[in-house]
Amino acid sequence: MQTRGHPNRLGIRGWVGGGRWGFERYMYTLHRLSGLALLVYFTMHIFVTSTRAVGPDAWKQTMSVVSGPLFTMGEYLVFAAFAFHAVNGIRLGAIELGFAVGRPIEPVYPYQTSVGGQRRLARAVLMIAFVVALWGGLDFFVWK
Amino acid sequence: MRDRTLWTWHIGAGAVILVLLGLHMVIMHLSGTLGFLGVQDAEPTGWASVAARAGSLFFTLTYVALLGAALYHGFYGFRNILMELNPGRTVRSVINVGLSVVGLALFAFGTWAALAAPGAATMAGG
Repeated sequence: MQTRGHPNRLGIRGWVGGGRWGFERYMYTLHRLSGLALLVYFTMHIFVTSTRAVGPDAWKQTMSVVSGPLFTMGEYLVFAAFAFHAVNGIRLGAIELGFAVGRPIEPVYPYQTSVGGQRRLARAVLMIAFVVALWGGLDFFVWK
Repeated sequence: MRDRTLWTWHIGAGAVILVLLGLHMVIMHLSGTLGFLGVQDAEPTGWASVAARAGSLFFTLTYVALLGAALYHGFYGFRNILMELNPGRTVRSVINVGLSVVGLALFAFGTWAALAAPGAATMAGG
């Protein structure tokens, strides 16, 4: 988006590199990639599940096409993408609303930064997303 | 509409998705977890289960709400990604109109499927 004084010159290249960025920048990239993947899947999902409006034969025929280990793995990847996108989305919303940013303080030496609190939050998000994805993996492949 | 308003709707839609898609994931994909909780649905994608959910007003309403929230959240997010690439004025208009039309068409189609499914289930004796 065109911004005053800071035009986006890197484009998509900026998603993967362009400066001394912390790992939160790569969470941003992963958030976008997972979001785009979910959008593509969701669009196809609308068409696949709409066959229930035609009747049981059409539904069963469609389900026979989209079943098997490959599709189970694909569905699990969608689940994992949702887990990351959802938990990271909560983090982004919280930061936008001012949580985990810290109070404004006087810039007096030794200087303090709000990055520490945000980094802890980012690490917590990654851990929670990992645990949810692991839980889903057990349910998809072990407990069935 | 101003971007600030659209962005607020984007976050609101995300909150709706968090709840409804979370529920959808648990019901459709985490049958082992549901089993631990004492809720058993042998085959959530089996026609009997699909017909039962299609006949439920709760599932129909939440499906349409999730459909609308997910399409808005997804397409508005996609629009923002495209807008960051600094397209010209004409391309911006094409993106805005094109994504709106595709999103509305998908919403109309998905809503039709949700509303027509109970009739299909009844005719099939489900």
